[in-house]
Amino acid sequence: MLIVFFLPHLLYFSSYWSKILKMKKDNKPDNTAFTQQRLPAWQPVLSVGIVLPLFFIIGLAFIGIGIGLLITSNNIQEFEEEYTGIGDNSNCYICANNATANCKCTLNFTIAQPIQGSVFMYYGLTNYYQNHQKYLSSRDDQQLAGETYYLKNPSQSCKPYQMDINNNPIAPCGSIANSFFNDAFALYYNNQGFLDEVKLDGSAIAWWTDHNVKFSNPSQTGSNLSQIFEGTVKPINWSKPVYNLDVNNPDNNGFINEDFLVWMRTAALPDFRKLYRRISGNYSSFMPSGNYTLEITYNYPVKDLPGKKKVIFSTVSWMGGKNQFLGIAYLVFGSLCFVMGFILLIVYAKYQNVEDNDD
Amino acid sequence: MNPQVSSREPSLGPKHRDTTPEYTWEVRANSRGFRSPFNVRFPCLRRRGFSNNTIKTCKYNILTFLPLNLFEQFQRVANFYFLLIVILQSVPAISTLPWYTTMLPLLTVLFVRAAKDISDDLARRRSDKEINTRPCDILQGGSFKAEQWRHIHVGDIVRIRKDQIIPADLLLLASTEPHSLCYVETADIDGETNLKYRQALHCTHSRLQTEGQLSDFDGLVTCEEPNSLLHSFSGTLHWMGEQYPLSNDRILLRGFRLRNTHTCYGLVLFAGPDCKIMRNCGLFTVKKTQIEILLNRIVILILTSLAVTATLLAVGCGVWDARKGRSSEFIAATSRGDSSLYMGFLTFWGYIIILSPVMPMSLYITFEFIHVVHSLFIDWDLDMYFIEKDTPARARNTALNEQLGQIEFLFSDKTGTLTQNILTFKKCCVSGVIYGNKQIYSETTQPIDLQWNPFADGKLSFSDQVLVDRLRSGEDRSLTEFFRVLAVCHTVMAEEVDGDLRYQAASPDEEALVTAARNFGFVFMSRTQDSVTVSELGKIRVYDLLAILDFSSQRRRMSVLVREPSGKIKLFCKGADIVIFERLETKCLYLDATEKALEEFAKDSLRTLCLASKNVPEEFYQSWSKEFLSATMAMQNKEAKLEAVYEKMEQELTLLGATAIEDKLQDGVPDTIHILKKGGIKIWMLTGDKQETAVNIGYSCKLLDNNMEILEGATLRDLLWTPQINNNTSGLKNEEWLNSHLKNMQATRQALVITGQDLDEIFQQDSQIASCTKQAGILQHFVELASKCETVICCRVTPLQKANVVEAVKRQQKAITLAIGDGANDVNMIKRAHIGIGISGQEGLQAVQCSDFSLAQFRYLQRLLLVHGRWSYLRVCKFLNYFLFKTFSFSFVHIWFSFFNGFTSQPAYENWFITLYTVMYTSLPVLSMALLDQDVSCHASLKKPKLYWIGQEQQLFNLRVFAVTVLQALLTSLTLFFIPYGAFYNTAYDFQTFSVTVGTSAVFTVTAEIIQRITYWTRFNVLAIALCLILYFIMTFILQSAHLYRVAPQDFSFPGAAYNAFSHPYVWLTILLTVVVSILPALIVRALNKALRSPDLHRVHNSDMQVSYLNEVEFRQFFHGVPPRRRSSYAFSQHHGFGDLVTTMNSRETRSCEGVKTIPSLG
Repeated sequence: MLIVFFLPHLLYFSSYWSKILKMKKDNKPDNTAFTQQRLPAWQPVLSVGIVLPLFFIIGLAFIGIGIGLLITSNNIQEFEEEYTGIGDNSNCYICANNATANCKCTLNFTIAQPIQGSVFMYYGLTNYYQNHQKYLSSRDDQQLAGETYYLKNPSQSCKPYQMDINNNPIAPCGSIANSFFNDAFALYYNNQGFLDEVKLDGSAIAWWTDHNVKFSNPSQTGSNLSQIFEGTVKPINWSKPVYNLDVNNPDNNGFINEDFLVWMRTAALPDFRKLYRRISGNYSSFMPSGNYTLEITYNYPVKDLPGKKKVIFSTVSWMGGKNQFLGIAYLVFGSLCFVMGFILLIVYAKYQNVEDNDD
Repeated sequence: MNPQVSSREPSLGPKHRDTTPEYTWEVRANSRGFRSPFNVRFPCLRRRGFSNNTIKTCKYNILTFLPLNLFEQFQRVANFYFLLIVILQSVPAISTLPWYTTMLPLLTVLFVRAAKDISDDLARRRSDKEINTRPCDILQGGSFKAEQWRHIHVGDIVRIRKDQIIPADLLLLASTEPHSLCYVETADIDGETNLKYRQALHCTHSRLQTEGQLSDFDGLVTCEEPNSLLHSFSGTLHWMGEQYPLSNDRILLRGFRLRNTHTCYGLVLFAGPDCKIMRNCGLFTVKKTQIEILLNRIVILILTSLAVTATLLAVGCGVWDARKGRSSEFIAATSRGDSSLYMGFLTFWGYIIILSPVMPMSLYITFEFIHVVHSLFIDWDLDMYFIEKDTPARARNTALNEQLGQIEFLFSDKTGTLTQNILTFKKCCVSGVIYGNKQIYSETTQPIDLQWNPFADGKLSFSDQVLVDRLRSGEDRSLTEFFRVLAVCHTVMAEEVDGDLRYQAASPDEEALVTAARNFGFVFMSRTQDSVTVSELGKIRVYDLLAILDFSSQRRRMSVLVREPSGKIKLFCKGADIVIFERLETKCLYLDATEKALEEFAKDSLRTLCLASKNVPEEFYQSWSKEFLSATMAMQNKEAKLEAVYEKMEQELTLLGATAIEDKLQDGVPDTIHILKKGGIKIWMLTGDKQETAVNIGYSCKLLDNNMEILEGATLRDLLWTPQINNNTSGLKNEEWLNSHLKNMQATRQALVITGQDLDEIFQQDSQIASCTKQAGILQHFVELASKCETVICCRVTPLQKANVVEAVKRQQKAITLAIGDGANDVNMIKRAHIGIGISGQEGLQAVQCSDFSLAQFRYLQRLLLVHGRWSYLRVCKFLNYFLFKTFSFSFVHIWFSFFNGFTSQPAYENWFITLYTVMYTSLPVLSMALLDQDVSCHASLKKPKLYWIGQEQQLFNLRVFAVTVLQALLTSLTLFFIPYGAFYNTAYDFQTFSVTVGTSAVFTVTAEIIQRITYWTRFNVLAIALCLILYFIMTFILQSAHLYRVAPQDFSFPGAAYNAFSHPYVWLTILLTVVVSILPALIVRALNKALRSPDLHRVHNSDMQVSYLNEVEFRQFFHGVPPRRRSSYAFSQHHGFGDLVTTMNSRETRSCEGVKTIPSLG
């Protein structure tokens, strides 16, 4: 692209050289529309006839979009429960304060209205700076892309989670991987005193590109994952090695574990949610009203941040999750355009009179 | 003219020459190795010493190019800043963006500039070589050898042939003319076109006539050090035990052209850079435009605020890190044990890097690009192509275009720039009858038939056959007398070359008149000491020349007293009308008719002269001649006595008629000046020529008109100097006095005419005053006064004075100046002004070589300024405003993002996006606007010169406009960040999606903004916008493709981000809202502005027809509104004419003196 910037200089030099080499008989400039700056052109004027309809049209369109967005957002059924365990009466208080591994706590909640349609389950974190520059760069994309050299020689950027104290390479290295969200959830429907497990489907929750392009396990013919990862150690905070993240599905292990992928797709803002599971099985298209119990394997500390942990159940629509902001913003700016249109109308009307008097 | 022999003993050493000035420059003839003691003692202190005649204007050679050029380039603030950024980016601890984001553009810029510098330097080198290798003859080992200019050394003796250019400053030793006279043309030095003469010392004239004598010559010249004063020289020649004082009229300066002299010989005193004209050239300085200077100031402002912002954010980082960052294990660990303070320090540099795109490299690249293309537009303009000489306009300096739209003061040379330097006899009035073309400017009239006259030179453009018929019939005696006066009353000398008669005159006016008489059959054939031979319609008549009553600037007339072949004594007189009218006989016949004719001539801006004659009784002559003789012999007060005697003779004259000469202006000069003046440009004429000529040209090119009051001479001196006298007592009062005068001036239109002498005094006094007091000097008063005048004419000014005037106006009025000229005498002024324009296609090329632009004709200036300059200014300002807007609004997002990422200098965008945003995604639309935009058509800007004021007032780019731009960018960046923030808050959309959303919004917003700003939509603008948007998507998908990620995961870390983001309608809705809200404020302001103000430009669009009609009316009024006052001039010379020379014994000898016999044998 930088070549573009050479172009005029080339032109300049070429006219200079052509003169020296006597390529032209005389010095008469070319008579073209471009060289004589006579290119046919349209000279629009920002006239009343353009501006006023523009404002009204934008106004109307925005109000329309705003209403549409608000309706869609309101139609989304969302259910959010916090389980940080800060308050004394919280079920997870004990787990939050005793840092024992795999501490379990339960969260009971009631869904008043049955939820129609497919439901997604998210976990949410607040005050969690996944967009911190040092944190964001504390990863080795080459290692995660499955390049064998980097598996054993993680990048400097992973420091201090590059090597463990015994100087063994960490796989996956870096702070993002090390801080992998490792709470686990199981959901039960309280079906007349009988706890019916709600099946949760963790497949295809990550981006296709992450799963197939950005991340892949190092390949080594004839070896299984644990052999490939031999010589590396798991991240310090992890309880399980990376090749053993999903015991139920051997294909969902290593760098392409879907939960891991979701975590590695860092959030933009300190308050975020991440897709955890899709409700599947019997409840995949309909969650009846009633009491539910969420069994939480409480591992992930957020108390120091201080942050909160949440689970969210939400139906999905074309606009993603429930969010009033965009709809309201559209409405506000739509009406503003409309009002502006009227103001301009009045101003123009007044000005028009003045101009008439002038002429 | 005889050499005055010094009474001092020549053998005395330098110490004893206590009364003569201490000359430190010593030159021994025929002795190259000679060094004065001073030079030997401090060889290293004296850089120049005795240099040879090589001039060097090129800056580099192969070895010095790289270091010198790099040194020069890194003196620019911007380049240095980018180098710093590159260095910062290569430090891993703080690198937030990869190094190539700045390195590649920086290398490009350096390379392109270096290439341009090389080509400029090569051009200079070529011209140096051309000049240095001009041929000349140097005396070596007893004979002259053909050498080149560069081989000339101080102390050499050189031989100059007719029409050659003098190669160095010479002491004239001898010439082939009688008494070693030597005629030179000095047009290249001072712009005067009349021939001047120089004369050698008698001793050298008589003793240095052969090559042998010349090579034995061992005179020693001691003189002043090389300096820039063209009109003065002092020194002493020590030879054969005698001392001879040397003054300016023994010196031939480099750049003179030898005319009408076969050969002359000179001793080289100053060579190469020591030559007076080279000393007048001034130093080569790199010119910067006002916009560039402002931009530099803004760059410093931006960089300062950048540093402040980065500091604040770094403090934020430190605080955040201490209070929050440490509480999170995952984040605290990444700081690797560094303290919060150190984190803040690193973050500071991180922010410097990620905020550096506010001043992107590409701004400078694009700026340069635009300048070059604007220059090409000037080169390409057919309306500025002079077909007769096949010369197009040339922008030689490609960095000054927009300044052409901001000119407030125009300094113009006269000769060759405003005038063609061709004087033609146009009309005459004899016995009250006007002869001559009715329409002097029409080209179609049939030239009269002059076949009958063998002496006609065929160049006369006179088409009134009646005159010729009457003249040939001989009926009208006064008509015959009229032309007789023209043929006899002058000091022209005739020469026959190859059977062709040639005239040498002290002034072009005189030559024009004598040539006219020749064409009408009254041919001046030759003159001797006491006779003038004229062929009157074929009959040879010899007039005895009794006396020449020579011209002087006070007398403003000249007469000759002749005895006709019939024996009658006659006085022929010509002079300015007022002077002649005062001396007419009481019962003068055609007085009224002649006066009317003079008025008519004045209306056509012709130079007029009145002719008169009278019969002188023999007895009156006898008594008068005695008085005349005694007056010429007078030792004291000779001038005054002579004048009194002249006065006695020049009485009771009979009026014959009047002549009208046209000093041909260049085509279209009055119109151009009129239009430029209407455009608010103050025009100053700076000329080396005489005051009368200058004022006359001022009138004819409409710089002056009859409604103007002219401040000149004594009035002006009073105005400037009177308050200065009581300066000490009432400093304040005299300021007031001047101010009150200035106020009065506003009522009337004023013009100012000042001579070089007065200017010199002003400059000298000012430097004295400025050194002792800090008060406003007289120079400031002068500039203030002059700036209030509509027109200023400076006459008799040297090249250095021209430059000083330009400099003074530049400094004190803080205005943009333009200097236009054609000769070597304008070089200094051209270099000093903000913009220098050379008139190309003339003989001397120095002016063009030093100029920033070259035009073939003065009239193209209106198009250059009003069209190219204005457009260029408009485009550059629009470009800068928009460019800063787009980089600001995109970069400020980082700041807002900081508040939500712990002030950790995390870029809000993908690295590639930051790199390519200015270079690719948004580059072409702004480029197309900056190249093609037009607010009004070229016809409209020429028809309505008042539109030019936007540039002069710096309306389109100044600090206020910049502040508005920053404000708009702030608003836009807030929208760009916070709408996506709101939309993505507490959702599952990740950082990369957010980046893509904000980035896409930014690209669309700035594109929407430029759509509002473009006023001239060509297909290229549409193409550019479409191309850039398409490129954005294509490049984004390419850079985020799986393939590139696999090649280098580190560098392409956004695989699939845009693909995923764009598959969400929610993202698109966010982008739509962001873009519309971003442009909404600007749109509202523009709509309101449109409604509340009625811009001038708009009216031009709508009423082109009306404008042209109005202007025509105005033009007509301008030219014919007021009857012109009569003007007459006898502007032959400021000095005495050649009268002395003609009548002294010396020059009346025939040409075949001994010099001619001996010297040609040498060659």
